[in-house]
Amino acid sequence: MTDLTTLEAETYQKPRNQWWDVWDQFKTHKGAVIGAGFFIFVLLFVFLGPFVWTLDAQYIDIRARNQGPSWTHPMGTDQLGRDMLSRLMAGGRTSVSVGLTAMLLALIVGTFVGVIAGYFRRLDGILMRLTDLFLALPILPLLLVIIMLFRDPLRASFGPEAGIFILIVFVIGITSWMPTARIVRGDVLALKEREFVLAARSIGTPPHRMVTRHILPNVLSPIMVSATLGIATAIITESALSFLGLGFPSDFPTWGRLLFDGTDWLQRNPERVIWPGLAISLTVLSVNYIGDGLRDALDPRIRGR
Amino acid sequence: MLTFTIRRLLMAIPTLLFISLIIFLILDLAPSDPTANLPLTIPPDVRADIRASLGLDEPIHIRFALWLQQFFVNEPLNLFEHWTGWNFGGEDRTRVISWQTRSPVVDIIAQRMPQTLWVVGTAYIVGILIALPIGIYSAYRQYSIFDQAGTFITMVGFSIPPFFSGVLVIVIFAVQLQWFPSVYDTTHVVIGWDSFVIQIKQMILPVMVLALQITSQISRFMRASMLDNLTQDYVRTARAKGLKESTVVLVHVLRNSMIPVITVIALGVPQVFGGAIITEQVFKVNGLGHLLIGAIQSGDLPTVQTLTFIFAVLIVLFNLIADVLYGILDPRIRYD
Repeated sequence: MTDLTTLEAETYQKPRNQWWDVWDQFKTHKGAVIGAGFFIFVLLFVFLGPFVWTLDAQYIDIRARNQGPSWTHPMGTDQLGRDMLSRLMAGGRTSVSVGLTAMLLALIVGTFVGVIAGYFRRLDGILMRLTDLFLALPILPLLLVIIMLFRDPLRASFGPEAGIFILIVFVIGITSWMPTARIVRGDVLALKEREFVLAARSIGTPPHRMVTRHILPNVLSPIMVSATLGIATAIITESALSFLGLGFPSDFPTWGRLLFDGTDWLQRNPERVIWPGLAISLTVLSVNYIGDGLRDALDPRIRGR
Repeated sequence: MLTFTIRRLLMAIPTLLFISLIIFLILDLAPSDPTANLPLTIPPDVRADIRASLGLDEPIHIRFALWLQQFFVNEPLNLFEHWTGWNFGGEDRTRVISWQTRSPVVDIIAQRMPQTLWVVGTAYIVGILIALPIGIYSAYRQYSIFDQAGTFITMVGFSIPPFFSGVLVIVIFAVQLQWFPSVYDTTHVVIGWDSFVIQIKQMILPVMVLALQITSQISRFMRASMLDNLTQDYVRTARAKGLKESTVVLVHVLRNSMIPVITVIALGVPQVFGGAIITEQVFKVNGLGHLLIGAIQSGDLPTVQTLTFIFAVLIVLFNLIADVLYGILDPRIRYD
């Protein structure tokens, strides 16, 4: 008797949450783990860094201008003597915030359109035509035009920083929801034919609960993957806009703006271009690797092996 | 197949009309005034006359219809006359005039087009030529060192934005090593061997930056597509027949893997025009992207409108080409 109970106790494992399986698979993807570690480091650097490195990013010390790396200014100073390390932190805070909020906006719109189009057959045709239309728009030129035209009124009504932040997040979000919508719609169409949906419908589940309880949790994995890719594209787009001079103003730095300002001093202080550029590229690279790892980890066919 | 193509062509017309409406409305609803940059000393009634001469006091639907007529009827007719030398008596046709230079927008675009086509086209071809072998070999030797290095490099190429890679190669090759010029000189004329070498030299940096992006995108697709096909039954059959390994991979597998890759290549053409805006800005290539940025900064709405719409036409056109190509290359997908 005692043997049997110990045996049972040994073989019996607590039922595991599926997210533990996902995490186990995610851990086997080396690039993704390094990417996740680096992304957490970037988040800490830009959001908690200013509490450790307390120099003000806006403080002008004209006597210390154009300095190379030293102990007081580890990344040197710019042409007005502002500390590059704290500017990099401040710029990263804006760039990462723009990336995260624009991604969230794109995700909400994309998921909404995708679920509605996939679940309600009547709206499918119209919504997918709309998606195709948005995909046919030349994004970068339109972004530039919209920002050029609407910058000043928004600045006047929300203040220079909040206004341009709202504008950039809005235009990036509104022009990058299409891939998510397409993927989600495809998954919803497949899910709709499954037995558990039929079962739920047969007990009289109303459509809104059907979507929130049964459909949405099952399309979570493609949404998460496109979320990571969305952060990457949003950061790159914001930097590109700032680089073309149509993003944030110079006294409100972002990584793209720092890079743009640094190009004028290329011969004298090339590191002023290299640091923000490296920050953008490495952040985007780490986010892309996280997306790669997540795609593998969330795919149950790969996870079993 | 023909009916499918015709149907898609007809579908493209409302799409393009809708896009032109969106572009027109964005520009029109924007709370900015094209006469705002003029000196403040101009009296209000003269300012109103200027606005009237620009056609800004008409109602919105009339302006949209006029713009459509200019763009879809007058400009194509002009081009046609220009090419054939025939005359339809169209001297008084109104054309889309740039507010910046007072010359027809289409003429300016025709002047700027060759530079963009040269740099971007070369980069696209170079990128494809590099990407295909990398993708093929990476898939054939999956998980080898070559594959892992290739995957890493494509990931890096994917993540480095052109405004950083461009500045980086300028720092390395133009500032430090001084091998190549950092600015693309569009007035340079090739007349002999020496000037040809200079032309090649000034093209290397922008082409390198653009080709890195293109290579990383296409080689990823090539690798994935090869991997899908390498495990198929027909590959085993071909090997069992005793075909040479090179024949199996380069004839049987490659031809089937190229189908999705070719559509991706076709879909990428308009994206390259769009992405080249930044590269052109970095290297000061005097092309379409440069024209667009300049027009945006000086509030030249007709030029912006026309250029944006041309980009949209390119996207719709190459989407169509990709779909038709897919049907031609893959007999399993014939749509009808």
